Amino acid sequence: MSKVVLIDAGGANLGSVRYALERLGAQVQVSSRAEDIASAERVILPGVGAAAGGMARLHELGLVEVLRDLRQPLLGICLGMQLLYDSSEEGEVECLGLIPGRITKLAPGSLARSPAAGSAPDTARRSRVPHMGWNRLQIRREDPLLAGIDDGAQVYFVHSYAAPLGNATLATSENGQEFSAVVRSGNRHGVQFHPERSAAIGARLLANFLSMSS
Amino acid sequence: MLSRRIIACLDVRDGRVVKGVRFRDHVDMGDIVDLARYYRDQGADELVFYDITASPHGRRVDCAWVERVARIIDIPFCVAGGIRSVADARAVLHAGADKISVNTPALQRPGLVSELADAFGVQCVVVGIDSLLDQDGQWRVRQFTGDVARTRALPMPTLDWVVEVQRLGAGEIVLNCMGSDGVREGYDIGQLRAVREVCHVPLIASGGAGASEHFAAVFHQADVDGALAASVFHSGSVEIPALKRYLQSQDIEVRHDRN
Repeated sequence: MSKVVLIDAGGANLGSVRYALERLGAQVQVSSRAEDIASAERVILPGVGAAAGGMARLHELGLVEVLRDLRQPLLGICLGMQLLYDSSEEGEVECLGLIPGRITKLAPGSLARSPAAGSAPDTARRSRVPHMGWNRLQIRREDPLLAGIDDGAQVYFVHSYAAPLGNATLATSENGQEFSAVVRSGNRHGVQFHPERSAAIGARLLANFLSMSS
Repeated sequence: MLSRRIIACLDVRDGRVVKGVRFRDHVDMGDIVDLARYYRDQGADELVFYDITASPHGRRVDCAWVERVARIIDIPFCVAGGIRSVADARAVLHAGADKISVNTPALQRPGLVSELADAFGVQCVVVGIDSLLDQDGQWRVRQFTGDVARTRALPMPTLDWVVEVQRLGAGEIVLNCMGSDGVREGYDIGQLRAVREVCHVPLIASGGAGASEHFAAVFHQADVDGALAASVFHSGSVEIPALKRYLQSQDIEVRHDRN
């Protein structure tokens, strides 16, 4: 049975992530203790909320260095992915610095037409912030994290801030601008969308992560 | 591109799903978890559970059913009704809901919207607005709409309230057009267009869906981000897989569940 430690950093989606992992048959330990996390087979950092509060909580729990030193597979979800970056515009906070780049606020703009979407355009639409709803992934680089997930797959997003494109980018999505939706740098993985709320595609991504080992 | 969302609304009374017409005469529709699973399997993009008794009777939402739903559902869901404080909202979110929706308590104390946005982020905070056209031609908000005997008209024009709740921190607005609710003659396009003009966060249309064409019309003509319906889905007169195929044929971007 696949084992994973889910970090309890005060995020409101902790329960839904745990239930999603349990539906996949994983053995989930919810913990905020440094020793549990350091010795885990794999680690998930979920998160709903603001970057400054999220980092403050990780400092308070003494987890910042623990996360920086992890060699096991690590997956950040939503805010958890944003915290992997150098810094965030949200609250002007320094983050974990595991992936280069800065998280910035999405700006309302026009919605690009995804080539994967086919046929004629929807009525003229403006993007709105928060970016909330099901959107398509454009896969930029093959990776075991995306095994079995097709270009154009639809997943559920809820966020106002986003990561830029960079060397770690595996898949992008767009809402007025393109942003990194799935990233990987070595053992560090991140997803801006909510796999625990993205039906079969989200379950596949979590299952892919649960099959990774260091 | 972002999909237009199809949202199934389940009105909850005493732990069961019910449905009324024009907000009254509720009949039992079934168990919450069974219906949640059914709509997820049908391809609903999101579910809203509206506790119609909690708000007018001053009761809190029972978090036990929220957790039961969260354990089996892998699409987002929102809980509405009976949330009056940050503590109420925290209990519902920690039980596994993705969003909470406030209506009457926000009218009674608008600062609640800001408190919720500060505590959980605007993306968790939905403001529900029940609106009705008055004889002077002005749309105004209503409160206590879960109980017909206590429903009250307020002097607040709907458009002013839409602007105000966004300033306070609403991350999404559900506009329930009471004049068209439950009668299946189509969404109130005129009102939704007027609200869309002043609404810069996601806007969800509610009230009036009776046929697939009504969904296409509200997406094309009022540019809403999602359309919510209850009775047409409960009765089976509109089935979500066929609805989505129709919307796609009308060049509307929707989600297709690929299992």
